[in-house]
Amino acid sequence: MPHKPQTLFEKVWDAHIVAAPVGEPALLYIDLHLIHEVTSPQAFDGLRMTGRKFRRPDRAIATVDHNVPTTANRIIIEDAIASKQIETLRRNCKDFGIELYDVNAPEQGIVHVIGPEQGFTKPGMTIVCGDSHTSTHGAFGALAFGIGTSEVEHVMATQCLQQGRPKTFRISVEGELPPAVGAKDVALGIIGRIGTDGATGYVIEYAGSAVRSLSMEGRMTVCNMSIEAGARAGMIAPDEKTFAYLQGRPQSPKGAAWDEAIAHWRALVSDEGAVFDRELVIPAGELAPFVTWGTSPGMVAPVTDTVPDPSHVENETDRRSLERALEYMDLKAGAAIEQIDIDRVFIGSCTNSRIEDLRAAAKVVHGYNVSTHVRAMVVPGSQQVKAQAEREGLDRIFRDAGFEWREPGCSMCLGMNPDILQPGERCASTSNRNFEGRQGRGGRTHLVSPMMAAAAAITGHFTDVRNWEFKPQPELVGAD
Amino acid sequence: MTPFRTLTSGIVPLDRSNIDTDQIIPKQFLKRIERTGYGEFLFFDWRRIQEGPQSGQPDPAFILNDPRYQGAEVLVTGKNFGCGSSREHAAWALSDYGFRCVIAPSFADIFFSNAGKNGIVLVRLPEEQVHALLEHAAADPTYQVTISLEAQTVTDARGFSAHFDIDPFRKYCLLEGLDDIGLTLRHENELDAFEQRHNRQFWVAPRPAAIAR
Repeated sequence: MPHKPQTLFEKVWDAHIVAAPVGEPALLYIDLHLIHEVTSPQAFDGLRMTGRKFRRPDRAIATVDHNVPTTANRIIIEDAIASKQIETLRRNCKDFGIELYDVNAPEQGIVHVIGPEQGFTKPGMTIVCGDSHTSTHGAFGALAFGIGTSEVEHVMATQCLQQGRPKTFRISVEGELPPAVGAKDVALGIIGRIGTDGATGYVIEYAGSAVRSLSMEGRMTVCNMSIEAGARAGMIAPDEKTFAYLQGRPQSPKGAAWDEAIAHWRALVSDEGAVFDRELVIPAGELAPFVTWGTSPGMVAPVTDTVPDPSHVENETDRRSLERALEYMDLKAGAAIEQIDIDRVFIGSCTNSRIEDLRAAAKVVHGYNVSTHVRAMVVPGSQQVKAQAEREGLDRIFRDAGFEWREPGCSMCLGMNPDILQPGERCASTSNRNFEGRQGRGGRTHLVSPMMAAAAAITGHFTDVRNWEFKPQPELVGAD
Repeated sequence: MTPFRTLTSGIVPLDRSNIDTDQIIPKQFLKRIERTGYGEFLFFDWRRIQEGPQSGQPDPAFILNDPRYQGAEVLVTGKNFGCGSSREHAAWALSDYGFRCVIAPSFADIFFSNAGKNGIVLVRLPEEQVHALLEHAAADPTYQVTISLEAQTVTDARGFSAHFDIDPFRKYCLLEGLDDIGLTLRHENELDAFEQRHNRQFWVAPRPAAIAR
């Protein structure tokens, strides 16, 4: 009998089914469990209360990222509650034998940056974390998704999850990306098109020539934002770029094992003729540098556009939400996005804090100064990214222009640490959520790419980076 | 987990769509290491006046501060409720505040799962029916509905009657108040056997060392 063509998702899913009891969700085996300080304490406590063991400590790693300050001297954390949470993670990791990349470790960083960087993330794996942006790891052809704390405890105790089988959704971005349009714009363009609940219940597979043309870091940016479209996960089939990225990472297989691993990973593509529950094709030429204008990532427009008019929206609840968004953002319908002045710039987060993001931003910044009314900061995604950027001299470019150069962590993406917006402040941010108060109570967030954030920092307002006048670039030392 | 059978209760109508978990429970409360006590922080920023001399005081315009809706155990709201962050604190806050059921046209995936683990019944109804409930409750704070999980219905005394779909297994767990981990461990033999085979697949192991197990 001929083999039924399968999607990438189906191959990974099927390889991890422990049991499929009739009338119940499947039991899905989890290869890698990423742990951080915020969503784990109650789960560890649950294990203690029930006397259950942590089943596979060797399939878990932990780091501190959400809470940690990004200032140079951060061993002592002044926020007593945050400090207690981090101390709790230390104790839990010690008690249960989990490897922890603590605040001073050379591997420390945002959990979704360090997983791939250290080579923990691999094609064909199932990966979970108590964090919705776990979808990032799908860039490697892994099935990776965020879970709540009860599920964190469930994985700790059983290395499995009860999971209903999601549907499949292939989004193909075809053609060549226009100049200065990058992975972040691909992500924002898709969300603008399908909405923040457009992929609820689905796992997205990103395909098409524009997606293939992205680097691994660009692919991570796209998969990272899958959750912003409501998707359970986002995936991209591994290819030569994936293997080149993984080769030689600390946790990658070596020698003969490497060759064998690649042979398995090569099979992780959607077969010719595989059927998806839903398909969408987006011509790459339709994408532009995007800026969000509202309080949901789907409220997005090209930088050359204007803020839309809620009175054109028919659904009453939606219209009210839109009116409320404009009120919160202090924007008028019809205002030109390029004329919106900003107060702050944040370059960082699990979406856009990797070395290529910093290079792209530095290229724009080089030879310019941050606008006098703007406070701008760069928060590298990990200690490794920070060290690499410093070897390449990117930190000098940012500092010379007037940016703050910080220590790694989630920082102002969600403002759990001291990096927050003040009420009324407007920020161009490379992060992933523009929800009300996300970056600080009363703060106003506009999501953009690293290049767009850099340009806005210089001019003080949103600026079409397609027309940017790049100054002669210095020769990067130590670049790969 | 408390079993859920039927519930007759008032409704808090919150007519907004895409309510994200950052609104349900803002970040500053995620630093706590406890599982309880989040109810007072539910919709923290929306419950307080944001600007001016009264900043920080309860905002009387926000529905949760309206004394006529106190004690209602059902929240009715717009589509895509619970989108964004995976924080289970959102479910803990709703539950701790006293909500046992949320009715909306749709819910985000992770929140949907988190709510179930905490015994909160999420009811998906078509937009028109949600709209009708929102209008009834807005016009009459004493308006009550009865949710029967067994019959999968939402009814009222005026003749409103809606049937909702729910996954049979999720329904069974909610009705019985079952512990997921206990349920999974019924399959421990299958898990052991699977794991023995799976351990040899080093190409999906986090660490090369994991092969040797």
